[in-house]
Amino acid sequence: MLDGLIANYGEAVAVLLFVIGFANLLLQKNLIKKIIGLNFMDTGTYLFLAEKGYIVGRMAPIVVDGVQDVNKYINPIPSGLVLTGIVVSVSVTALMLSLTIRLYQRYHTLNMDEISTILKKEEI
Amino acid sequence: MEILRNFPCFSLILSMCASIISSALNGKWARRLNIFVISAIGVMSACTLYFTFVTNQCYIYKMGRFSAPWGNEIRFGNLEAVMALFFSVIMLLSILGGRKHLFVEVDPFKENLYYVLINLLMSSLLALIYTNDLFTAYVFVEINTISACGLIMIRENGHTLEAATRYMLMSLIGSGLLLFGLCILYDITGHLLMSNIKEQVLLLAQTGQYHIPLVVAIIFMGVGLAIKSALFPFHSWLPDSYGYSTASSAAILSSLVSKGYIFLLIKIFYRVIGFEIIAESRLFNVLFVFGLCGMIFGSLSAIRENDIRRMIAFSSVAQIGYIYMGFGLGTKAGMIASIFHIFSHAATKSMLFIAAVGLTDASGKSKKFIDLTGAGYRNVIAGATFTVGSLSMVGVPLFSGFISKILFAQASVSVGVNKMLPTLIVLAISTILNAIYFMKTVVRIYTPVKSDYPTIPWKQDVSYAVVCICFIICNVVLGMCSEPIVDLIRSGLAMFA
Repeated sequence: MLDGLIANYGEAVAVLLFVIGFANLLLQKNLIKKIIGLNFMDTGTYLFLAEKGYIVGRMAPIVVDGVQDVNKYINPIPSGLVLTGIVVSVSVTALMLSLTIRLYQRYHTLNMDEISTILKKEEI
Repeated sequence: MEILRNFPCFSLILSMCASIISSALNGKWARRLNIFVISAIGVMSACTLYFTFVTNQCYIYKMGRFSAPWGNEIRFGNLEAVMALFFSVIMLLSILGGRKHLFVEVDPFKENLYYVLINLLMSSLLALIYTNDLFTAYVFVEINTISACGLIMIRENGHTLEAATRYMLMSLIGSGLLLFGLCILYDITGHLLMSNIKEQVLLLAQTGQYHIPLVVAIIFMGVGLAIKSALFPFHSWLPDSYGYSTASSAAILSSLVSKGYIFLLIKIFYRVIGFEIIAESRLFNVLFVFGLCGMIFGSLSAIRENDIRRMIAFSSVAQIGYIYMGFGLGTKAGMIASIFHIFSHAATKSMLFIAAVGLTDASGKSKKFIDLTGAGYRNVIAGATFTVGSLSMVGVPLFSGFISKILFAQASVSVGVNKMLPTLIVLAISTILNAIYFMKTVVRIYTPVKSDYPTIPWKQDVSYAVVCICFIICNVVLGMCSEPIVDLIRSGLAMFA
């Protein structure tokens, strides 16, 4: 068990990051901290993909010095997935931040629970 | 005939291009373009359905230059085509039904942006229906989430902002889990195309290799999509976002967005992992329990509600519970019942939201039950539509809800007693609870009372009346001609795997 963790320390760290981010996104009350948690979670996933896609001793899949041998390079697809994922998470983060700014301008707080309480009072 | 094969791809490209073009148009032209595009997608989906139905096989369409194990592809059969046709019809009716409110509730300068979002949503729904690539599905899940969030907050007030934030937070948790699940699956199988993953998963299941990662991947993807489609304990965002957004948005969100995720989940069950392996992982039992809880607690919350829109929203929680309960039965009959319920719920829920907006218009824009007393006389067409929707939700024969309930009951009889008894009991309790809150509302809108609010004759808004009648026809057709539709679903599922 422990040997497995040490041998795959990259994946272990990635999963740890994912869990930290997940817990932050769920449990924090502050919206900015939630967004930081979201980014932790996404980064954990990308680290996991990058770690799984890398083979020790091989190069990034860019042809250098005319070396055409397939065994010299790693598979480009995991790296491609990470790039796509980063684009998605940047756009989602931007949307979340813009929502947070709107909410802060209206209610002068970043705490979701306080915002809900104010909204309930408004209704009555 | 051969040209019909290209139509799924055309409809995807068309809706994406339309969303880009709409951003440069003014509101009026964006609306015309949007209606044209959605109708065109409906016609093209109908042609695709005709094509797959006549040839009775499914087709794989290569997207881009690379072929099977590396490239991207879309795949369509009966089920996909009928889903796309149905989604475009409901989308069109929902937009037309809430058109008048859009002018009032959305800033005129932002009207074209609304249609940008609608087109994006349509393209992402189509992509979720047609795609055969798991990572593409993830990307479109995120596009779906972002455009749905935009649809909620386009009517700018405190409630919708809060609702949109809550919706985003829940959805992001769901999509994070989905992404991690599919990364694990990609690592152990080495493929992203659904059919190729399935081959590898079968091999892994035979050798027993990577058993734990496989189960973890299944759980992550299943739970992620369940959170996104508002299964019971994760429904806290739902009532606010359906209750306060503009009428078309509420209709579209409740009837289409969550169904897109559920369709992807069905795809994962059948095409990515394989039904037997999912059944072995016992994910179905978990979904079964939460589905049952959702059916009860959703209805209980709806009974307590004092706001008609939020009541309909809570009823959605119960109906999503029905769908997951059907999955949970773990048989083909249960799956067919769930898919029929997707149709039935989508047709009925959008109808109820559109009808509710007509009733609130006749009651001085108030959504409270006390003001709605007698609204059925003041806006006759909306009252009739709401009544039909309520009867369908309760499960009265002639309407679509009855068929889905009877399909669920039939499906439950063929599984063991452990699942049959809870299903039948909860189905009965939930029907009674549904009857309590829907019939309470129908009785209230038809209680004669002297009111200061003016009567709205149907001639005042002809398009709204036409939309309402179309909704009623759609519902009655689903209820009375269910046999061919169920056959279509059955043959579609056979082609699906």
